[in-house]
Parts: sequence; structure tokens; C-alpha cells
Amino acid sequence: MQIPYTDTARPDTGLYNAKLGIWLFLASEVMLFGALFSSYVLLRVGAPTWPHGYEILNIPLATLNTVILISSSVTMVMSWASLMMKDFGKYKRYMGLTILLAFGFLIVKGFEYGAKFSHHLYPSESTFLAIYFTITGLHGLHVIGGIIVNAYLWGPGAKMWKTEPVRFTNRVEVAGLYWHFVDLVWIFLFPVLYLL
Amino acid sequence: MDSTHTDDIKKQVRVYIIVFVALMVLTIVTVTISSLHLSVGAAITVALVVAAIKASLVASYFMHLISEKKVIYATLILTGIFFIALMFLPISHYLDPISVK
Repeated sequence: MQIPYTDTARPDTGLYNAKLGIWLFLASEVMLFGALFSSYVLLRVGAPTWPHGYEILNIPLATLNTVILISSSVTMVMSWASLMMKDFGKYKRYMGLTILLAFGFLIVKGFEYGAKFSHHLYPSESTFLAIYFTITGLHGLHVIGGIIVNAYLWGPGAKMWKTEPVRFTNRVEVAGLYWHFVDLVWIFLFPVLYLL
Repeated sequence: MDSTHTDDIKKQVRVYIIVFVALMVLTIVTVTISSLHLSVGAAITVALVVAAIKASLVASYFMHLISEKKVIYATLILTGIFFIALMFLPISHYLDPISVK
């Protein structure tokens, strides 16, 4: 069955279907992360003492990861803009860079987790570490999900550019919307968990 | 027609670069302010305000929300209402007569 409105706007919404689809998905994601933020507030307010994130966590590494993730958002939007300008070579470079930056984020996160584990700081150690590992872990899974989608669009999925360029450009835009959301969540996670 | 379209995208690319620089500056601002170790109330307010500015830059420009269709705005307004309700859930237990003793 042919999926309708992949490269043209649906008359009633004015959008191609995947765009409305991804926004509905992101709305559900807001609630997923919102529930965890809400839990964080509840746990913190209810705790007799709460550590400052900067006493336990590594601020320089988290700042580096913030820079990496924001940069990857820029390269992602540039990959879409490159397709809009019909420059496939540039698209490949920017998308490739986005994927590399995402791996960079995970590697830095891996170092952070590793340092915690080597000091026997596990989620069971304290409520703070439990919520820290839960939220950053879920965020990390989202980064992995983004890498899989972006790698597909960079590799085998890029064949679509030759046959259906508009549809392919839309796919990259949708993947970008997801990726920017992952960046957006981190923008809140960073100060809330590390700096306060 | 097509060259106008490409020019529009080129203009957008310039905006993306400006937003990128703004996000980097705001990241430095967040980290610098946190190193001052303000009181908890002031630190939370400043950190969340800066994060909200950064988030709105990403949403407005990278996610193109500055010029989107109505149905997406409607979806997000509804999401916002539910999100606010979710954030107020932790304090709602104060309204529970059993817990206030």
C-alpha cells in the first residue's frame, strides 16, 4: 500500500503526513520526559538532603557534551538545508558529522558512567544517582535511536534521493525534528542535574 | 523561482549560524553562573530561564516552529497544558487533607 502525502501537503493539515506524525510522537515524548522531571522535583522536594550535582558529577565533561550535542543539531539542520539546495555531497558530509558527534556524545557519557561505576556509585547508591542514571540513561537511548535513523538516512536510505528527492528531504527533516528534541531535552537536563 | 528558493535557504543558514553562536554563549553563561553558587532559589530561576531561552531558540529556528502550520501549534499548546499539569502534580499532594497533618 502506498503511504499517502509523503511529498505533498495534505489539504486539511497543510503538512506532509510524517511531519504531523513526528510532532505527535514528540508530544508523547514531552510527557515521557516530563513525567521523569516531575518525579525528580517530587524526590528532591521530599528528600531531607539533596546533593549539589556539581559535587558528584563532572561539569567539564557535561559542558563538553552540551557543546557536542548543540553542534550536532546545527550539522543536522545544515544537512537538511543542503538537500533543500540540492547539494547531496554536502548533505552526506553534514549528516556524517552529525552521526560522529552523536557517537562523541555517547563516548563522553561512557567515560562519565565509567568514572561513577569505578567509584562504586551505582543507581542504588542514592536517590540522586537513581534519578540521574534513569534520566540520562533514557536520554542516551534516544541518542542511540537517533544514530540508527541518521545512519540509515546517511547510508542505504540515501538511495531515495535519486528516485524521490522531496520525500527523502522530508525524511531528513523529520529525523532532524527528533534529533533537535533530543538536544532540547539535554538543554534542560544539563543545568537541572549537573548545575543545581 | 528556484533561485529565490535557494536564496531563502541561504538566508536561513545564516540564521542557523547565529543561533549556534547564541547557544554556545548561553551555555558559557549557564556554567559561569552556576560556578558563582547562588542561593538555591536564584540558581534554579536563572538556570531554568537560560535553559528556556536556549530551548526556544532550538525549537523556533532548528525545528522551524517560528513558521509552522496551525495544527502543530494546536498540538503543542495541548501538550504544554498537560506538561504544566504534570509539573504541578508533585505539589498537589499539599491539597490532600490526609497528607497535611
